[in-house]
Amino acid sequence: MFKDLFGKSKYVTVKTRDKRKESDISPDSSLWTKCKKCKEIIFNKKLIENLMVCPKCDYHFRISAKDRLAITIDEDSFREFASEIYSQDPLKFPDYIDKLEKAKVKTGLNEAVLVGEALIKGFPVVIAVMDFNFMGGSMGSVVGEKITIAIEKSLETKKPLILVTTAGGARMQEGLISLMQMAKTSAAVKKLDKAGILYICIMTDPTSGGVTASFASLADIIIAEKEALIAFAGPRVIKQTISADLPEGFQRAEFLMEHGMVDRVVTRHKMKEELASILKIHQFGVTSYG
Amino acid sequence: MANNILDFEKPLIELADKIKELQSFMDEKGLDLSEELTRLKERAKNLEAEIYADLNTMQTLQITRHPNRPTARDYVNYIFDDFIELHGDRRFGDDKAMLCGIGLIDNKPFTLLGHQKGKTTKENLVRNFGMAHPEGYRKALRLMKQAEKFNRPIISLINTPGAYPGIGAEERGQAEAIAKNLMEMSSLKVPIIVIVVGEGGSGGALGIGLGDRIMMLEYSYYSVSSPEACAAILWKDSEKSSEAAEALKITAKSLSALGLIDRVIKEPAGGAHKNPLEAGKLVKKAIIETLDELSNLDTDQLVINRYDKFRQIGEFNQRETSKISEDLLKEETD
Repeated sequence: MFKDLFGKSKYVTVKTRDKRKESDISPDSSLWTKCKKCKEIIFNKKLIENLMVCPKCDYHFRISAKDRLAITIDEDSFREFASEIYSQDPLKFPDYIDKLEKAKVKTGLNEAVLVGEALIKGFPVVIAVMDFNFMGGSMGSVVGEKITIAIEKSLETKKPLILVTTAGGARMQEGLISLMQMAKTSAAVKKLDKAGILYICIMTDPTSGGVTASFASLADIIIAEKEALIAFAGPRVIKQTISADLPEGFQRAEFLMEHGMVDRVVTRHKMKEELASILKIHQFGVTSYG
Repeated sequence: MANNILDFEKPLIELADKIKELQSFMDEKGLDLSEELTRLKERAKNLEAEIYADLNTMQTLQITRHPNRPTARDYVNYIFDDFIELHGDRRFGDDKAMLCGIGLIDNKPFTLLGHQKGKTTKENLVRNFGMAHPEGYRKALRLMKQAEKFNRPIISLINTPGAYPGIGAEERGQAEAIAKNLMEMSSLKVPIIVIVVGEGGSGGALGIGLGDRIMMLEYSYYSVSSPEACAAILWKDSEKSSEAAEALKITAKSLSALGLIDRVIKEPAGGAHKNPLEAGKLVKKAIIETLDELSNLDTDQLVINRYDKFRQIGEFNQRETSKISEDLLKEETD
């Protein structure tokens, strides 16, 4: 839907949208979409122009990794790497291969994360963007590996690392191997930390489970997109455990900032500018003392 | 004890009762039925071996979750000569679901961390069923840093259904607490020996689980999610938990086959709860042997090896091009 923003894409593995099945983040019909929050009927053209944010109530619709990239980085600046890594089925888990194939068709991606190098308002970065439509953005071997490769690329090139997260957690179908990706990615972040390289995490709706409890929470600067659900345990699980209603706004971005868990809450429209400002200040630091 | 008998143990209990009966019958009547008795005892032994060799995952889980299964505190009593518990994260509170302290094993100092469950309902309410809050993970981290400072090896005993999913836990950053532990444990300059002694429930287990050697007791499990939760999430049907349990490959045996753990520690016949003292001895032996192995490495190499150990975990295919992207590629060139 942000095809025009992409210009002539240099993707190898990510293809144009029209081949893809329109998913739940996409308009209800070809003409209009009902806002999930205020129920306003919004013309799709207007919604897309507004970066999939409701013009009336500011509700942020979930967007794909590709669309997220388009609104975050400079046009034509994305150079994907590690695109040739594919999931296997190490546990021979029921229906896993099937689900993977369906997710590939649905999203046009090979896995739940895209990684590469890019420019943000001219600042070079290593960037990884997750996609919730690919099996709930869950982290299995490939997501863990690609995130780790992104971290290593950042270490190697000394470019700041930007990770945009959205995930249900660790991927059930790869069992303990998925859980261990939390350890693997967190250990890699430690190396980045020691090397003094900037890592910014943008948590988008929803970021939860094993992803929140590993690399996502370890960034130098954590930015949450407005009203994003950010959690360790999901609200349903908590409600079930304590058998009581949850407080208003619980586990939303604003709630997390209130409790000291994120640095900033930012709307989609301001995100790129925000990143550029941080990169600018940071770069001055690097050039003065580097 | 009687009401803690597990389903699959029933034939064994019945046989044991029969043997007892025969013995007293012999004594009463002054008859010599020792041949029959020997035969029955032999059968009991074979049956036991047969049953425990062939446990399915849900049956193994019954042993893992047995109320009398030894806890971290029990192992401390069996393994350590001296032990001093240390409390608090210095930020918020003291989490009783996480046991931490220092002690001596054969005159060597260690730092111990472990999820602490109770055995009775009352104890479990105090221990929160071994489900730690952020302050538990932060207490563990504080004492791990201290272990590094004083060059003490760390022993981490895992036994939790998971990190506690509650309002306070979320408010105080459960995810951040676990993530921070993973990050810091990856580069601590002292040996970290991890043993799953009971339930290895997801991120809550891993939160004190990044180490140089990962071992599991024979009837423990380690999983990305509980089979019950997995079945509910994937198949919207918690009745399918036994199917999920098999599919997730969570037992010590299957994880060892997958190469995800370093060693399976054998348990006494019927499980650790049948002979806790013996279980303690076996765990102690594994700790001492493992520390001997790790002591041969200098600290830099130790940290490098630990990083590599986790860096290489993952199963994926790097060469094969996905059919879909091939198709799409074709379409584009067309």
